[in-house]
Amino acid sequence: MHEELFQKMAQSIIDGDSDASTALAKESIAVGIPPLQAITDGFVIGVNTVGDAFGRGEAFLPELVMAGEAMKAAVAVLNPELKKQGTERRMLGKVVLATVEGDIHEIGKTLVGTMLGSSGFEVYDLGVDASPDKIIGKAIEVNADIIGMSALLTTTMVKQKEVIETLEKEGLRGRFKVMVGGAPITRDWFKSIKADGYSEDAVGAVRVAKQLMGVE
Amino acid sequence: MTNYIKSITNPKLKLEIFTPAEVKKIHDATLWIIEKVGVKFPSQRALDIWAANGAEVDRDRKIVRARGELIESALKKCPPVYPLAAREPNQDLPLDGNHVFVGTDGCGVEVIDIQSGERRISKLQDVVDIARIADATEEIAFHWVPVSAQDTPPQTRGLHEIKAIWENSTKHVQTESIYSVHEAKAAIEMAAMIAGGKEALRKRPVLSLMQCTASPLGHDGGSIDAALLAAEVGLPTGFMTMSACLTTGPATMAGTLAVGNAEVIAGTVLLQLAYPGAPVFYAAAQTASDLRLGAYTGGGPEDFLFGAATNALSDFYDIPLSMGSFATGAKEPNWQAGIENSLSTFMASIAMSDMLLGIGFLHGSRIWSFAEMMMDCEIFSIIRKMMQGIEVNDETLALDTIAAVGPSGHFLAQKHTRQHMHDLFMPQFMDRRPYSEWESKKDNASDWALAKARKILAEHQPDPLDPKLSMEFDKIIEALEG
Repeated sequence: MHEELFQKMAQSIIDGDSDASTALAKESIAVGIPPLQAITDGFVIGVNTVGDAFGRGEAFLPELVMAGEAMKAAVAVLNPELKKQGTERRMLGKVVLATVEGDIHEIGKTLVGTMLGSSGFEVYDLGVDASPDKIIGKAIEVNADIIGMSALLTTTMVKQKEVIETLEKEGLRGRFKVMVGGAPITRDWFKSIKADGYSEDAVGAVRVAKQLMGVE
Repeated sequence: MTNYIKSITNPKLKLEIFTPAEVKKIHDATLWIIEKVGVKFPSQRALDIWAANGAEVDRDRKIVRARGELIESALKKCPPVYPLAAREPNQDLPLDGNHVFVGTDGCGVEVIDIQSGERRISKLQDVVDIARIADATEEIAFHWVPVSAQDTPPQTRGLHEIKAIWENSTKHVQTESIYSVHEAKAAIEMAAMIAGGKEALRKRPVLSLMQCTASPLGHDGGSIDAALLAAEVGLPTGFMTMSACLTTGPATMAGTLAVGNAEVIAGTVLLQLAYPGAPVFYAAAQTASDLRLGAYTGGGPEDFLFGAATNALSDFYDIPLSMGSFATGAKEPNWQAGIENSLSTFMASIAMSDMLLGIGFLHGSRIWSFAEMMMDCEIFSIIRKMMQGIEVNDETLALDTIAAVGPSGHFLAQKHTRQHMHDLFMPQFMDRRPYSEWESKKDNASDWALAKARKILAEHQPDPLDPKLSMEFDKIIEALEG
């Protein structure tokens, strides 16, 4: 029925064109396409196309990120409609992301958030300089599946350990999977603090998050 | 025992990477960015200084916008020439535009153990060992904190690190790992004890501070406050941009240069507004991010061009430059490491960057390798030799000798040859042996480089720091650890 529109939706994501994806999301509501169908038959096809091209070495990081941003823009238009209709998009999991206390370097973390968001995770990004209490509090509040923490400084990466220790002390460790990352974070560090997941880059972080959720 | 320091000076080679009009265009773009877009200063003290000097300060977002006139007039107060002092005065380094000095890199998180060859998390003992080897190495003029002493408390780590270097080397220490007020105050106190008081320290700064910016267009609050303390007592202070094409800068190199320049210049101006005439330097380690992963690359043609381009900017502002070179992205000392470290260092050297950093690292400044350290020194020596160019005069044309040998003779037995044979470069780590000898041993540059590092570590005794000073330093550090 709306085949041409679905194709345009996918193309807007492939082009990384947030203006187009926003307009198409609005158009889909106007012509009465169920928002969930617009996502699964339209926009998500575009995300998968770019992801596959990246996997084959034919697309590059900026294209992935732009596709993610265009997807986010479309979902922002469709979400209120989804709620109105009482339907919900099935997400892969909820992730609370933060750059740890004392650290303001968040570009990598923000990138991880964009990639997780476009891959079907619900992301709560706490920004920078987030204390263990703030991170754990948010994870409890939204009933997160995963806590993701970044650090750029060798003096702040110890906060990742502190969060894990606090979770243990408060008997919450089993409730959340913990992912860590950042330039000084090594596999040895990840193992020594007993985190659950670690990646050296944003693309790998999506793979790790999916593994932790038991998908793929 | 003090060592001669090898530097590049009186170069014969040069490179015009930009026309004056191009430099001016980047400068104008920088002023536009600082005035229209602004730079983030998450420090109460910094925002107060900017406001008191008439800049537009957005207190909520901590963003400063300043007019070009304010920036340009403050920049005129930067001293163009000053020394980096060493514990041993013979090893003072004049930053006068006619010297290129090399330092170690920092601040890595892993080390390939000098004895076992295992890769592991870095410790204080590594800082000690690297300082000791650098002390005995002519190519290394000054120290950065090479790796993070991760077995010391985070709140005083930067102090344990500089103490370890001072105890094991007489050369200048530039720390990039002190970025809080409490550590900066303590470090200044320690430096003043070595120099013989605050006034003596101002004349002979045995310590300098390097602070990283937070690209794009931001600074870290602790770094800014630490830099202000250092500038107040006359310690040379610099801001380093690592803005990278694609991620923390535009995909285009000129745009990334302008972003990085705006960060460095805004930080530099802040110091001049607070303490006019404070010794400052420009620092940069710009690169392009990897197109597939967004990762820091530590090499590539863009990286090499940035090495020369940044010096054109620091020359325009007439302040010394500390430039990231070496620091290959390679995982082991190999083809990629050789290419990246040679070209990045050549480009930064031919532009006469005052300080070069990056010796000793693999995997984009993360993993320290003692073999790479020694091989990087050889790369610097090769480039130093190239920078001397070719001397042309009657003596070097050697016409009498050519006539004496004539057609079909050889030059090996000539007096002129004896006089000049040591003008030729003698490598330590290049394989020029007969093929059969290599075939029987199958060893290579990294084996020889590692053996050299081990030998120095076993044999070299640096001039010790006065044990009384060490005890005083311990007290300062213990007081902070409470």
